[in-house]
Amino acid sequence: MTGTTDETALIAALRRGDERVFADLVDQHTAAMLRVARGYVPSHEIAEEVVQETWIALVKGVAKFEGRSSLRTWLFAVMINIAKARGIRERRDADAAMAAFTGGTVDPERFRDAGDEFPGHWKADQEPEPFPDTPEGSALGAELMAVARAELDKLPDRQRIVVTLRDMLGFDSAEVCVLLDISVANQRVLLHRGRAALREVLENYLRENG
Amino acid sequence: MDCNELVELVTAYLDDGLESEDRARFDAHLLSCDGCWNYLEQFRVTIRTVGGIRAEQIDPIYRSRLLNAFRDGPASAGGNGV
Repeated sequence: MTGTTDETALIAALRRGDERVFADLVDQHTAAMLRVARGYVPSHEIAEEVVQETWIALVKGVAKFEGRSSLRTWLFAVMINIAKARGIRERRDADAAMAAFTGGTVDPERFRDAGDEFPGHWKADQEPEPFPDTPEGSALGAELMAVARAELDKLPDRQRIVVTLRDMLGFDSAEVCVLLDISVANQRVLLHRGRAALREVLENYLRENG
Repeated sequence: MDCNELVELVTAYLDDGLESEDRARFDAHLLSCDGCWNYLEQFRVTIRTVGGIRAEQIDPIYRSRLLNAFRDGPASAGGNGV
């Protein structure tokens, strides 16, 4: 993954004050940082401040940056710390609500009930069907991305943050657990719920428009 | 393993996070169930689709504010001194 690329040259350029290198980094990461920051703070404006503080922290800290994590992981770790300090939203209630929620991620109506010969299996008319092929650059692929992006924005904060980090940005499970200070199991539940919601929306979209 | 159990284990399966016994039951179920096979594939397509979402462009005014922070920062101390 990207964590293993050698960023020595990049760091050296930043230390020299190479503005083009900095601008490239800003273009590469800022939108994603804003997206994640927004999950911690109550407004887009505060998210912008948090992300700006993060870039300033990089400018101030680059002389001492040791490269023990990738620059991107460092940016997100620092950003999340700043966001948490600024965040007004109370997280504990949300956590408790999540732990208490034991429902499935697929509509139970799609499965045969206890009296059936095959309880818990798909009803005949409810079996998932293959999604059509969407080669890169295809019109349908672009439509699905737009649908997925809209649904991603609607997910509960913590699910959105985990799905964004894992599936949109490609952080691995261990990195996400450290960044968000959550257990592997907790991360997996959040990721699974978020993905399942996105899958359902894509399935419905394809049924209506496919 | 029933279909309604399998659908809750897909993320653990894809992350290689299932105990070997559960993984074997998962794989065995897939072989005999088109619905779950398709469900798993739908999940994979969903993940790929999210992976294809590109971050939006940032507001140019905000962007220049960030670049100014760099120009004014300590990293430019050795530069041409703005």
